[in-house]
Amino acid sequence: MSQHPDSTVPDPYFADGHFGEFGGSFVPETLITALEELSSEYFRSKEDAVHQEQLAHLLREYCGRETPLYFAERLTEKLGGARIYLKREDLLHTGAHKINNAIGQVLLAKRLGKKRVIAETGAGQHGVATATVAARFGMECVVYMGAIDMERQHLNVVRMQLLGAEVRPVEAGQKTLKEAVNEALRDWVTNVRTTHYILGSALGPHPYPTMVRDFHRVIGIEARRQIQEHEGRLPDLLVACVGGGSNAIGLFHPFLDDPAVSMVGVEAGGHGIIRGQHAARFQGGRLGVLQGTKTWLLADEDGQIDLTHSISAGLDYAAVGPEHAFLQSTGRATYTYVTDEEALTAFRELARTEGIIPALESSHAVAHVCKVAPAMHEDQIIVVGLSGRGDKDVEQAARYLLTDGEKSL
Amino acid sequence: MSFENRIDQRFALLRETGKRAFISYVCAGDPEIDRCLDILRALDRTGVDVIEMGLPFSDPMADGVVNQMAAHRALEAGVTVPKVLDLVRRFRLQSETPIVLFTYLNPIYAYGFSAFHADAAAAGVDGLLLLDLPPEEAKRNCELMTESGLCQIRLIAPTTPEERMKKLVTTAEGFVYYVSREGVTGTQTSLADGISENVAAIKRYTSVPVAVGFGISTPEQAATVARTSDGVIVGSAIVRIVAEHATQGDAASAVEAFVKPLVEAVKSV
Repeated sequence: MSQHPDSTVPDPYFADGHFGEFGGSFVPETLITALEELSSEYFRSKEDAVHQEQLAHLLREYCGRETPLYFAERLTEKLGGARIYLKREDLLHTGAHKINNAIGQVLLAKRLGKKRVIAETGAGQHGVATATVAARFGMECVVYMGAIDMERQHLNVVRMQLLGAEVRPVEAGQKTLKEAVNEALRDWVTNVRTTHYILGSALGPHPYPTMVRDFHRVIGIEARRQIQEHEGRLPDLLVACVGGGSNAIGLFHPFLDDPAVSMVGVEAGGHGIIRGQHAARFQGGRLGVLQGTKTWLLADEDGQIDLTHSISAGLDYAAVGPEHAFLQSTGRATYTYVTDEEALTAFRELARTEGIIPALESSHAVAHVCKVAPAMHEDQIIVVGLSGRGDKDVEQAARYLLTDGEKSL
Repeated sequence: MSFENRIDQRFALLRETGKRAFISYVCAGDPEIDRCLDILRALDRTGVDVIEMGLPFSDPMADGVVNQMAAHRALEAGVTVPKVLDLVRRFRLQSETPIVLFTYLNPIYAYGFSAFHADAAAAGVDGLLLLDLPPEEAKRNCELMTESGLCQIRLIAPTTPEERMKKLVTTAEGFVYYVSREGVTGTQTSLADGISENVAAIKRYTSVPVAVGFGISTPEQAATVARTSDGVIVGSAIVRIVAEHATQGDAASAVEAFVKPLVEAVKSV
């Protein structure tokens, strides 16, 4: 059993990317060597003090870490139960947690001598983060984005273009995140010698789920210290939204060895748990292999991947990160879902009670908190991963929230 | 593989006569099942040595747009794994030409890995090429182990280091599929450099025949590759002909006319 170099969390699956029966590296032969190179370079960089100092410096001075752990006083009062803290990843440079990983990977791309980076994006936050770090390091950048997502997250398309990235629309399938990943993988297979693929979630083949998690562990490491400063103890419950699950695994992981801390991942319930109408993989999903990893996914009995739906482009994906599948299998974390409607209500609720407009993704976590906090005791504590800010979602949310005859929200 | 299957028999025969193999690829059930059976029979008439057939998957990450569209047509036409096996069964009534299924793991996983091997072999399939199942994962996941049925066709890429190549060929059955360049299927129109060197490198470590695919679409290219390998694989160029006749016209005759000169070019070497 190997140990995490930077923590005391035992991680028996650290070395080869297998999280129990989940994870692995299910890729075409052309990519095997690049993934092995990436993996060894990543583990070497973890031992390299100069590299780690450079990463810490960039996280602090460029990205704006650490982020506050903010006591949501009015929301707590209104819900009348547990004390609610928000881990404010929405305050990071580019407006979401995604930059933690993008900055980590661009440094690796440099170490690997790659001149070009590519990425997939759903909500556009990972695309913006990648375009940002590519600009910062003078690299060529191509971002693949489903044509439907380009429409619903238009603001982020313009941001990426402004940052000098080329955004390539993906017209295949249902034109959302899954198809963007396929297209990024095809680009990588073709240009593997010159290009690094900055995969944006704790998904895909090894070493991505491990590496992306490690880049986001800073969320949980900070939150664990901050809550002890604020409250003198650990929280009772962690809540985070789960698409691929990068912000959730970053928040959860440093608490895995604290048995008193419960953790809940919130998936996208879309229009409800009806086939093709949601993206909640733990509700009616099955075990399978997609885009390099073995995990829970939404597919039919013939193994063809199902259509998915969520109002939030960042959660609208057919497979869940393999480490979440593992945590679910052991019972260490539990997974639930909230619907589009509940997420929208939470979106407005947080704006009005705290003056914070959350991303629609993060609104799913807030919505779950709105359900469970009232039933909890006043001295219990919830820490919510507020993974991103909602500026990108304002237009779309307005369309849904404005009902007939209403002139304003 | 302990038993002699159709792939081994075919390559043994080719070796005796000093000929190279021509391997054609089409997508199973494209544009729909009955017309695909006509296409398979047309391929058989041209004298192809092995038929490689894509079992359609919704997310073919290693395929270019030509094969993506073919899989899409087939899935739209209602093709499923059992229907593909039935297609092979019907083809087998009239032909002993070896068949290799080329696909991604998830449809096979959903069917049940070992049940698929048994049912596919019973239907008359000879080999299986799973693009996203490296031997390391096959070995590690107990539900992906199987003793019986099909030749496991291994891919080797130009990015495969020599050490790994050596390891991969120890588990190769039927033939080794050398992917002649980085990329997805069907996007190249010219031959890659270094094909003969790389084929020679592979052959230093194995006696299993080596066939070359990716970027071959003309009889001239087919003949060039045939001179330095044991077999030539043409895929997307044939699928493109099917696509052109998907909604109207006689896809089978068009495929036959297109493939015939390719087979002749390979056999002339």
